[in-house]
Parts: sequence; structure tokens; C-alpha cells
Amino acid sequence: MRLDAKIPGGPLPQKWDRHRFELKLVNPANKRKFEILVVGTGLAGASASASLAELGYQVKTFCIHDSPRRAHSIAAQGGINAAKNYPNDGDSIWRLFYDTVKGGDFRAREANVYRLAQISNAIIDHCVAQGVPFAREYGGLLANRSFGGAQLSRTFYARGQTGQQLLLGAYGALMRQAAAGRVRLFPRREILDIVVVRGKARGVVARNLLNGEIECHEGHAVVLCTGGYGNAYYLSTNAKASNVTAAFRAYKRGALFANPCFTQIHPTCIPVHGTYQSKLTLMSESLRNDGRVWVPKTPGDKRPPHQIPEAERDYFLERKYPSFGNLVPRDVASRNVKEQCDQGKGVGETGLAVYLDFADAIRRDGRAVIERKYGNLFQMYEKITGDDPYETPMKIYPAVHYTMGGLWVDYNLMSTLEGLFVLGEANFSDHGANRLGASALMQGLADGYFIIPYTLGGYLAGTPLEPVSASDPAFAETARQAAERLRRLLAVNGRRTPDDLHRELGMVLWNFCGMSRNNEGLRKARGRVQELREEFWRNVRVPGSEQDLNQSLEKAGRVADFMEFAELMILDALERQESCGGHFNEAYQTEDNEARRDDERFCHVAAWEFRGEDRDPVRHVEPLSFEHVPLTQRSYK
Amino acid sequence: MSQTIRLTLKIWRQKGPADPGRFETVAVDGVSTDMSFLEMLDVVNEKRILEGGEPIAFDHDCREGICGSCGAVVNGRPHGHLRGTTLCQLHMRHFRDGDTIVIEPFRARAFPVIKDLVVDRSALDRLIQAGGYVSVNTGSAPEANTLPVPPDRAERAMDAAACIGCGACVAACPNASAMLFTSAKVSHLALLPQGRPEAARRVLAMVRAMDACGFGNCSNHRECEMTCPKEISIVHIARLNREALKAGFLSPEA
Ligand SMILES: Cc1cc2nc3c(=O)[nH]c(=O)nc-3n(C[C@H](O)[C@H](O)[C@H](O)COP(=O)(O)OP(=O)(O)OC[C@H]3O[C@@H](n4cnc5c(N)ncnc54)[C@H](O)[C@@H]3O)c2cc1C
Ligand code: FES
Repeated sequence: MRLDAKIPGGPLPQKWDRHRFELKLVNPANKRKFEILVVGTGLAGASASASLAELGYQVKTFCIHDSPRRAHSIAAQGGINAAKNYPNDGDSIWRLFYDTVKGGDFRAREANVYRLAQISNAIIDHCVAQGVPFAREYGGLLANRSFGGAQLSRTFYARGQTGQQLLLGAYGALMRQAAAGRVRLFPRREILDIVVVRGKARGVVARNLLNGEIECHEGHAVVLCTGGYGNAYYLSTNAKASNVTAAFRAYKRGALFANPCFTQIHPTCIPVHGTYQSKLTLMSESLRNDGRVWVPKTPGDKRPPHQIPEAERDYFLERKYPSFGNLVPRDVASRNVKEQCDQGKGVGETGLAVYLDFADAIRRDGRAVIERKYGNLFQMYEKITGDDPYETPMKIYPAVHYTMGGLWVDYNLMSTLEGLFVLGEANFSDHGANRLGASALMQGLADGYFIIPYTLGGYLAGTPLEPVSASDPAFAETARQAAERLRRLLAVNGRRTPDDLHRELGMVLWNFCGMSRNNEGLRKARGRVQELREEFWRNVRVPGSEQDLNQSLEKAGRVADFMEFAELMILDALERQESCGGHFNEAYQTEDNEARRDDERFCHVAAWEFRGEDRDPVRHVEPLSFEHVPLTQRSYK
Repeated sequence: MSQTIRLTLKIWRQKGPADPGRFETVAVDGVSTDMSFLEMLDVVNEKRILEGGEPIAFDHDCREGICGSCGAVVNGRPHGHLRGTTLCQLHMRHFRDGDTIVIEPFRARAFPVIKDLVVDRSALDRLIQAGGYVSVNTGSAPEANTLPVPPDRAERAMDAAACIGCGACVAACPNASAMLFTSAKVSHLALLPQGRPEAARRVLAMVRAMDACGFGNCSNHRECEMTCPKEISIVHIARLNREALKAGFLSPEA
């Protein structure tokens, strides 16, 4: 299979303009004849639904939550990037593009990333117009801060609640369209499968989570905005309902899955404290602007932090990376934290933590300034740990946070399954092997507000789409399969709960397909995942019935998909015999333990094709070429 | 350092909207004080599933106090007794060994119970649909810095915008009023120049929607403010009232 990314011709800065001109338009009067199914109401889904409805399309929008406002995007803390260059510190579209390509360790498409940087400014304009209360300078103009991996200030923020404010903006726009009757909302619905009619995505099968009813919805195109798959690891910073189900079902229906092994482990999270732990909490990366990361120089030093004198502390990021210091990209910071803990210098009860210390910043700027910047984060930390970060350094450890992998999409954000578009974290597009801070919000909103309204129109105008109805046999058959699966889950009646099995799967992935990987471990993990999956279907216990609100059944369905998907992550990691960004294979490192890419063999996107239940998937390749950002070894020294 | 404690839970169980519901008593042992309240419920549920019982249904997602999914009345207070805290942020170190904890769903006419602790809060979405937004289509925004906003104004707008839409204010109010929720949105947008053109229409439409959705009136009990996990102030209610008054004078609709 040849993967055609459909990158428009012409010089990089003009590609998107030219493409928008070349895309066919849908006549305004015809737009209302098209029905679009949008799955998910995070930044990507809410912005897409609203923008498409504003253009006149009929939109049906689905989400798992009781309200669209609760999507996982709500939790994003630190900020959103744009190339406004308000601080006059040397930013530009080109630089944002350059930083993002380099930050992604040269595993993203130049054309996509350039477009993202171009659109970034319009996002800020739009969000401000919606009333998003971004932080302001004294003169009333917008404030910026620097954020992990950037040497200049290009991040817009609303306290530590940027995701919340951006999502409420998009949700407001969505509710406006719902009130106008152009969006029909289907909350508390879980999409269990995609319906393919004559080779095109034409519908979805949803479960009404309140009464278990299996519903079929038909449309002219399906737009998946279902977020990332970080919860494959069980413990992550993702919200509990985040899952891979819809994306994985789409994969089984013909959409290729790209780079599933590219996962991001965020360096600053609250460490694990017990086996009952249900999720991990991020402490925003913005804290690294003022917090200093350190460990005791001597392994096993168990003195409380304030008793360790300055000379006996190792500020290891500042020491190893003098120019970026505590602001090195996430993958680099996380691996360094792990390395210190592996050397026995970790702190706290478990030894799996390092200090993030604000004492110097508080001395320098005063407590009030620090409180204004990070007050809500400090409070969140104290609620969870019972420690006061104004008095004693925070303890942090890396945790699974974001997934760069996702369904493969072309420049139009369409997957290899015709008519299925994928937006936001659910696609693989713009972050390569490592995402820079504050760029996921930018990407989700770029996809939803400013890309899909054009590219979907181009598809609808240029593709003959005969009418289908939910009475088409493809719907009945897909719905039957979904219902059958639920019944199978309930019928096992074994001795382990879905969470218990999920936790074990998570440990396997964390240990062998986490921050650092090796071939032997990955092979072992593949075997363990296969065994665990077999045990799942023999020994899971799901109480209750399928015709009721049944949260255990919801979980079990998601865990079942993670059990299969985990193997794809491992396979992808095994095939990529290099290190790049978040994928660190111990066999491929420089003398300073940095990731060593192999551009000869792996300067490409790996996209996996499903070939049936009992067969291995097939790995396809989309070569990447770098004409504007020369391929170099990343260095943050 | 963590310890373990023993608790007696009296939990509301209700199979569905039509079921009258009842309290069930559950003894739990070995609760780590480092657990969150929801993790404690997870442990109870895991055990129940293995013993062949039905787990307790409750809404939750982010588990860090921002999505507004979680919420139950704990010992008479929505989200429990700790100020400025959602249920998912309440940790068991705030309870003592031997405590009895009564756990019920949020109760309000506008929030029918769906199952156990899960309630239907879709009325809050209907309030927002009535006008809780700025009517701006994608693509039509001016350059962001053409509209300066004094930072203290932006900060006050942010204070109001911090609402997570959990509905605790409604559950705490003796009249089951949604005044704090509604006023937070009205205030957030009224404070910003972007929100001014529609301010009059918005406040009137949202107040009307409150009645239509079955929420009660505000009679200044202030329970909402004390309960709000984001500590949203009733100052916003005063602003809503001023906005409504102004709109009443100005608007031909009123
Ligand atoms: C704690 C935290 C902090 C972060 N901070 C930042 C930050 O400061 N800056 C930044 O740029 N990025 C940040 N990120 C990353 C960013 O928040 C996410 O990548 C982004 O919000 C994802 O948006 P989305 O719209 O793609 O998906 P999501 O917001 O995850 O939304 C997914 C939607 O899909 C729905 N859904 C999923 N599956 C189904 C199904 N089967 N059926 C029906 N509906 C379904 C869900 O209900 C939900 O509505 C952060 C992430 C975390 C975890
Ligand atoms: S679960 Fe999100 S606020 Fe409690």
C-alpha cells in the first residue's frame, strides 16, 4: 500500500493557501443536506462541531460524558502556543515550525507542522473573541510565558486552567449551535464501532450508556476526535474515561494506525503512592520555569530536603544542559529523572521521586508572585500529598501523559478509511516522536476550527456519496457484532475485575514499553500481553446487565481493546530499531545517553494495517523528507 | 505517613429513576489515609464485584477537581466538609478511624437521580444553551491585542469562569437554585468587553431558562458559596442582579 499524504505542491509557506484554493467548495445551500457525525467533545471535537455547524452542515455530536464540557481537554493546565511574537523575543511562524519539528525529533511532516504554526495565531484571536480570560499584562494586553522546550515566551495561559478555559469557549460555541438546532447532542453515548458501507465510513454504532440501547447513526462522514490512548498504561495523567476503543475499532475497519509506540512520559507528576492508586496527577510543566529539579548527590541520602546543604545537592538538569537547564524537552527530562532514581538518588518513601524546589524563586520574586502564577497547582499538590510546596520542595516523578501515535491521516486529516477524519490527539499528525509543551491544545483547535471546515468540504464536494440509511445491512451487522461483544464480556463471569487486569497490563507496558525499552524486554512484554489477553477473556468478571447503566461493563470493553492494542504498541516499538523522542531503545544511544536516531533506516512514519484476528498486522511506511529543517542530532546542552 | 482506618458507610442505593431508593450500610476496613474518597469507593466496588454484588454507580473522570463530573453529598455537604474541594480531591486523611460516613446523590428537582449517586445534570447545559457564550463564528475574530482588557478585570472574569459546572451549588441550596452557576457565566462574560454586546439578552434569557429548567429562586442563603469547590463568590450573583436590572430597563424584551 502506498501512503499518499496528499501534501500540496509549492513552497512551504504557500502550501495551505494554495490547497484551500484548490479544494472544491460545497454550495452553501447544499451544506444542510450533509450530515456529519462528530465523536468526542474535547477541544478537537467541540471546535469541529461548532465550526461545521456554523457553516451550515447538520452535525450530530457524541460524547461519553453527561455534558460535552467534561471532556479530558478540560484538564490541560499550562497553556497554548502561538507565534504572535508579542514579547518581541524573536518568535515567528518559522521558528515555531522549526522548534516543533526539531522537538518532535524529526518524525513529523514538515508541511503539517508548518500549517499548524501558521494557524496558531488565528486560534488566539478566536479564543479571545469568545471571551477566554487569558492572562494579561498591566496595560491590558495578552501575557506570555515560556514553556518546556522553548527558549522564548510564546505560551498563552489562563492561570493553570488553560484547557478548561479553551474548552469552555469551544463548548459555548457548540451549545450555541445546539440551541440553533444545527448540532444534535448525544451525551452519555459510547461509540463502539464505525460502520463502513461500500468502502466508506458512513456511520457509527453507539451504546446509550444510560439504558444500554445500541443505536445506529448514519452520516456522510465521520469525524473522530476521541483523544489519546495513554490509559493503556492504566496509570496516566489522562482522565479515567479516556480510551482507544473508537480509534481501535476504526483500525480494525481499515484505518491504519501510525506510530503507536510514540508515547510521552511527562517528567513532573505526583509520584505513585499505593496499589489502590487510580490515576496520576500532572504538575504543570510551567512549574519548571521557576522550580529547580534536584536530588541528593549521595545515593541513599534519606535526610529531609532542608537538611541537605546546597553543596550536597545535584541540580542535574542545570548541570547537564546548561543552556536549557530545567526547561529541556519532556522526553529528555523524564529519562534523566529515571536515571537519577535508578542510581539510587531518588527521594521519598519509594525512592521513585526527585525534588522540584521553589525556594529560590520564592526568595527572588516573593511568595505573592509565585502564588499568582502557580497557586492552584500548589493547592492541588497539597490536597493530594498533604505537603505544602511553599515550605517543602515538591516530589515529582514521570508519568504517562500523551500519545503522539494515532490513526494515520493525510494532509486533509482523512484516514485511510475514506470518509473517516481524525482530529486532535487521536491522530498521529504533528508532534513526531515527542510533543512540545502547549502544542496539543494548539493542534486540537487548529484541526477543529481551521482545518476540518475546509478539508471536509473538499471531500464532500468531490466524492459521490449515495444515500445510505441505518436500515442498510452494514449497520445491522456492525450493531450485532457490538452487542455480541458486550454479551461475551458479561458471560465470562470469572474471578478478576476489569481494573485488576488493566492494572497488570499497565505494569507490563510501563516496565517494558515505557521510558526506556530494549528488544528483550519488548519481546517478553509481547508474550505477557498475549497471556493476559487470554486470561482476560477467560477470567474477567463483569457484574450487572447490558441493558442498564453499567460502569463495569463500560470499563471492561475499553480494557478489552487496550489488551489488543498494547500488542500493537509493542510491535511498533520492536520494529523501530532506533531511538527517537519518546521512543528510547537502550541499544541506540549516544555516549551521553541521548536518543540516537537512525535516519537512514527510520526517517519515516510507520503505519499498521489490520489483517484479521489471527494474523500479524502489516507495517507500512510513509517516508519523511526534511527540506527546511536540516536533520540534526537534537542538543539541549 | 499513611495509616489505615476503618469506616462505616451509609450509601444511597437506587436502581433507577423509578426506584424509591434506600440506604445501605457497608463496613470498610484498611482504608489508607492517602487514598482519595473515590479511590476508597473503588476499593469497595472491587470487593463487591468479586463477592457477586452490584458496585455503586458514581460519575467521575478527571479525578483532579476540574471536569465537574464527580459529586455526592457526604455527611450532609456536597463534596464533603472540606472547603474548596471536589469529592475526587477529598482525601481520607480528613476522616478518623471509626467514622460513619453518609453518602447520598446531589438532590434537586432539576437533577433527577439516574442510579445510586449518578444524577442527571443536563439542565445546566440547557442554561448555557440559553446564552452562556459570545456569538462569534470561527474566522471572524479581530487580532487578539486590538481588545485590551485591564488585568484586574480579566482576573475577576477568570474567577467566575473557574466554575466547573458540578452542580454542588444547586445541591447545597435549600431552594435548589442554580443562581451561583448562572451568575458565574453571566459575570464572566459581562466583565469582558467581548461579552458586552449580548449582555442584556444573555442575562434575561439565562434567568428565564433557570425557571424553565425547574431550578428554585435565590433567597440569599449563601450555602452555594460555602460549598463551591472553586470558591466562586456570591458577588457574581449581585452582578447578575445588576445586569438583569439594567437589561430590564434597556431591553424591549423585558
Ligand atoms: C493533565 C493534562 C494537562 C495537559 N496540559 C496541556 C497543556 O497545558 N497544553 C497542551 O497543549 N496540552 C496539554 N495536555 C494535552 C491536551 O490536553 C490533550 O492532548 C488534548 O486536550 C486532547 O484533546 P482532544 O480533543 O483530542 O481529546 P479529548 O479532550 O481527550 O476528548 C476526547 C473526547 O472523546 C470522547 N470519546 C472518547 N472515546 C469515545 C467513544 N468511544 N465514544 C464517544 N465518545 C468518546 C470523550 O468523551 C471526549 O469528549 C494536557 C494533558 C493532560 C492529561
Ligand atoms: S472527577 Fe473531575 S472534578 Fe472530580
